[in-house]
Amino acid sequence: MTTYYSKDHEWIAVEGDIATVGITTYAQEQLGDVVYVELPDAGKTVSQGDEAAVVESVKAASEVYAPIDGEVTEANTVLADEPAKVNEDPEGAAWFIKMKVGNPDQLSELMDEAAYKAYVDTL
Amino acid sequence: MSMNTQGRPTAPGEAGERFRPKTFTGNRGLDMEEPLIFEFGGLETSGVDLDEPDDLEFELGSHKRTASINLPGLAEPEAMRHFVRLSRNNYAIDSGLYPLGSCTMKHNPRLNEKMARLPGFGDIHPLQPVSTVPGALELIDELAHWLMVMTGTEAVAMSPKAGAHGELCGMMAIKAAHTAAGRSPEIVLVPESAHGTNPATAALLGYKVVAIAAKDDGTVALQALKETIAKHDGNIAGIMLTNPNTCGLFERDIMEIADLIHAAGGYFYCDGANFNAIVGKARPGDLGVDAMHINLHKTFSTPHGGGGPGSGPVVLSERLAPFAPLPFIRKTVDGLDLVETEAAVYDGERPFGRMTAFHGQMGMYVRALAYMQSHGSDGLRQASEDAVLNANYVRVGLQDLMTLPYGERPCMHEVLFDDSFLKNTGVTTLDFAKAMIDEGYHPMTMYFPLVVHGAMLIEPTESESRASLDLFIATMRDLVMSAQRGESERFSGAPYLAPRRRLDETGAARKPVLKWTMPEPAEVTPVAAE
Repeated sequence: MTTYYSKDHEWIAVEGDIATVGITTYAQEQLGDVVYVELPDAGKTVSQGDEAAVVESVKAASEVYAPIDGEVTEANTVLADEPAKVNEDPEGAAWFIKMKVGNPDQLSELMDEAAYKAYVDTL
Repeated sequence: MSMNTQGRPTAPGEAGERFRPKTFTGNRGLDMEEPLIFEFGGLETSGVDLDEPDDLEFELGSHKRTASINLPGLAEPEAMRHFVRLSRNNYAIDSGLYPLGSCTMKHNPRLNEKMARLPGFGDIHPLQPVSTVPGALELIDELAHWLMVMTGTEAVAMSPKAGAHGELCGMMAIKAAHTAAGRSPEIVLVPESAHGTNPATAALLGYKVVAIAAKDDGTVALQALKETIAKHDGNIAGIMLTNPNTCGLFERDIMEIADLIHAAGGYFYCDGANFNAIVGKARPGDLGVDAMHINLHKTFSTPHGGGGPGSGPVVLSERLAPFAPLPFIRKTVDGLDLVETEAAVYDGERPFGRMTAFHGQMGMYVRALAYMQSHGSDGLRQASEDAVLNANYVRVGLQDLMTLPYGERPCMHEVLFDDSFLKNTGVTTLDFAKAMIDEGYHPMTMYFPLVVHGAMLIEPTESESRASLDLFIATMRDLVMSAQRGESERFSGAPYLAPRRRLDETGAARKPVLKWTMPEPAEVTPVAAE
């Protein structure tokens, strides 16, 4: 399994042709207490940069963009009832969606962990 | 210290200053602990005494109510006291400085209220014959004239009820213009720092929203705009832009932005929320704006928030003027007439529909025109200048202690700080805002715009005196220094002195309780059978 990171503070863990997408610890810290998560239905096809989910905290509502093209195969519906999980375990149990990788070439445009850490340090 | 005849001091002294009794009632002197009206208004009682109607024929069929609706029954003095007590816990523009950035909480002159209560304006009804209200029509037409002159535009849709409704109206006019030209572009451009209502409006009309990045100075990045337009060539419906923008900065490239959008076949919607900074200084029509709403409740001093309904007339450029919605006023040889139906429009007029059942917020029209005419064009210009001056006075008074995200350039009518100055203090923007409540201030706008970390957006408005601004600045400086000295307790649990302490906002958002439920089962009183 390889994990990639986007400039929009998402992590993308790829295993075979399935990518699991969530928001990073940094994103969760910036948002503050998450109070609401809206997820897409399985079967929805998204293009890179499309709005895939919405996450709302006490401070702000933010879009979660699809980091790559693909078809949503599963959404983590637990988050709808327990949005606090996004604060507790953002890079684990609180994944947002799983999607079928549509275009593997797009993965190479994303960052690895070291590059993402360096990127966050510049913010 | 002087003594009374019993040998006790006539002033309370230091111990008396410190002592805070825990009261039996929960009231703290004049600060009343007021229950909900449902908690003390007996459901069995009634504040009015009406005879049972006889011979009442029931005509609602299956809609007949079968259970009590549990309205509290209060006598007039009880109802009066309840609302007066609640009102004393309220903070209002009439009780203190209200620095809520982007919202423009300016003074509502009492002259406006007096004019709005004149019987000829206050007592008319939207359904009475048009021929009986020529004065009201003339007032609407006169206000429309002022708005068009100040904005340099050709038409104005008076009826929208407030800002977001005005945005919808303006964007519907833009959509109608595209449709009339046989086009159906799909994309609306919105800068990152926009009011949330802008992308919401575009999305409501079925447009796809594409965000435009900001430059390091907080204004629209022209290069990013050009690239986005090129990428979506031929598919741009328009741009929605606020100027001055939500960072309190004037978009200096606005005319070039307008040219780029027009060249791409799109229209320029300007969010007029911050028009109060430029009234009498610049006309949006001259800047290339095609449509802009004007918040009468911000720029023209009609009540804002709980104080009264908003009102958001939309000015339209020559190209959009034919699509102005119904109803509108037309000058005829016999005087003014109200065009209310499609059947009454002339050739060339292509109203896209209507936004409201009636004609808009008449009471606000009266107040806004009273404000305009009592200030005159020179007074309105000075109000803009003073609003900008006051915001810069606050900026300069605080910029050595608080942090400006875009450097020390002059701001417009509001000044934006970020939370860098709170770094490593353990105090957040939210804590800081809550501590302002203990100091007797309504907090500034916080966490908006989203492009700035821990944003604090302060708009003092032109209404404040220099003494008032000096006290505000001194208070803010005291709070900043207190946070930086590590006095985090002053912030972490604030407000300590308000009628209610810190609320659990996270808990309320995660598990919202949207309806009050009676603690004990209500006694259901069936309505008497037919």
